[in-house]
Amino acid sequence: MNAVTGSAAARCAPAWRAPLIVLAVGLVAWWVLPDQLGLVTRLAVTALLVLSLDLVVGIAGLATLGHAALFGAGAYAAGTFALRMHPDPLLGLAVGVGAGALLALASGAFLLRYSGFTFLMLTVAVAQIVLSLAQKGRDWTGGDDGLTGFTMAPLLGRFAFDMEGRTAALYAIAVLAAGLYLARRVVDSPFGLAVRGIHENRARMAALGTPVFARLLAMYTVAGALAGAAGALSAQTNAIVGMDSLSFALSAELLVMLILGGAGRLTGALIGALVFTLLHHTAASINPYHWLFIVGAALMVVVLLPPQKAWNWLRARMGATT
Amino acid sequence: MTAVLETRALDKRFGGLHVTRGVSLQLNAGDRLALIGPNGAGKTTFVNLVSGVLAPSAGQVMLAGEDVTRRTQAQRVRAGLARTFQITTLAPHLPVQRQVELALFEREGLTGRAWRSIDAYPLLAAEARALLGDFGLAAHAGLATERLAYGEQRLVEMALAIALRPRVLLLDEPMAGVPQGEGARLLAALAALPADLAVLIIEHDMDLVFRFARRIVVLAEGAVLADGTPDQIRRDPMVRAAYLGA
Repeated sequence: MNAVTGSAAARCAPAWRAPLIVLAVGLVAWWVLPDQLGLVTRLAVTALLVLSLDLVVGIAGLATLGHAALFGAGAYAAGTFALRMHPDPLLGLAVGVGAGALLALASGAFLLRYSGFTFLMLTVAVAQIVLSLAQKGRDWTGGDDGLTGFTMAPLLGRFAFDMEGRTAALYAIAVLAAGLYLARRVVDSPFGLAVRGIHENRARMAALGTPVFARLLAMYTVAGALAGAAGALSAQTNAIVGMDSLSFALSAELLVMLILGGAGRLTGALIGALVFTLLHHTAASINPYHWLFIVGAALMVVVLLPPQKAWNWLRARMGATT
Repeated sequence: MTAVLETRALDKRFGGLHVTRGVSLQLNAGDRLALIGPNGAGKTTFVNLVSGVLAPSAGQVMLAGEDVTRRTQAQRVRAGLARTFQITTLAPHLPVQRQVELALFEREGLTGRAWRSIDAYPLLAAEARALLGDFGLAAHAGLATERLAYGEQRLVEMALAIALRPRVLLLDEPMAGVPQGEGARLLAALAALPADLAVLIIEHDMDLVFRFARRIVVLAEGAVLADGTPDQIRRDPMVRAAYLGA
């Protein structure tokens, strides 16, 4: 009704709703797909990572191709922490969160002075620098062999990480739900609204008195924390961190997933991660060399076809006359 | 009495181009000052210098006696300076109500708060609704801003500025591009601005200028050509020659 009269702004959906759905769907998947728990875990990790990218691209309006750097920072930090200091997964998760946030804060303080194409190119540059640092620091990162040799202590001291990946999947689903809840709260807060305003019109927000740079840096840091969490999850559930976790290809794939699902709505990030990962999983097993054709075609349809047009076409196919 | 806004010998050069030449102006509470001049006279540059979008090459900007020349735009807003833009500058996809709420959050220093929902500030939401009512926009509160008629978007610009409760308001051509039929609402909104607010308006519509302003400053080639009451300006032979063309 509100949409028709336009007399009141639509209220935000409750922040717990989407995370609860994710939790429920995740638990069902965990229950009915006992042979696919590795896939479920990977889905949850990827979804969390694309979610964090959505905070940067969809909410703050900053196109980046360097998001893997934040993920990799979290992964290497959590892996190193497990190997050299303490095997507790939740402590490791916190370390990953901190590493992602710290790298976002430090690199953002430089990157966010620029916008548009300059920003995009500089994110690539920063990610490449992080990658080459990781390659140089073989003693710490294991170089191209990857960081291995760490084992995780039981979750909460009780639930051991088993061979079937039952604990890992539940752990990843729970962290994804928590991350989604956090992102929802942040986006629907006055802070999130201000960042969305900056996305739409920087000059307007500056005229309202918004410290534009500080707000963007804060949002970038939150995204870094979530990407770091995804990195830590990946390290802990795979027991290995490879150079590919810092790669340009990963950054680009994440962006594809986000655009596929729809940027700026958080749930779109989850859908994009789901569709892409499932496509990858099934299409790659049918035709390992050409599965990217399908992803490319899907991307074209999403980018070129306006939703309204698709909807009208669908309605017409279903027999609607108007 | 200290002027709420004062510029001292404000100067701006873009390379070899000298666009603002030693402009000194004072604005007191309740003033209605119109800044007029031919295209390229440096009117918008002056507003950009005062609001902090541009940094001056020389001179000072004082807000309520305080030197804000080196302050950011955001800091000047917090010190009581609000502006509108010659070309509508809004967040096109945000609902109108949210946009006004955003101005209120900013005024109250709340946009650093990242946990409580924007729906959990009922007092500010009510204030935003009331403000939209004042500007005759209540029926459009839930619409995306871009769906409003152009004249209505100009009203939203003004509502956002007023939401900040400024002491000084700079209006950069509020009537620019507004179709004939929608002008009356903007005039009414101008007439209803708070009496103690200091207003500086840039406008090409001379009808509006002479009706609204109690003081007029004429700018030509970046410098003040004349400064006086509407009657004085109307009779000033230099102004007539340079601008009014009568």
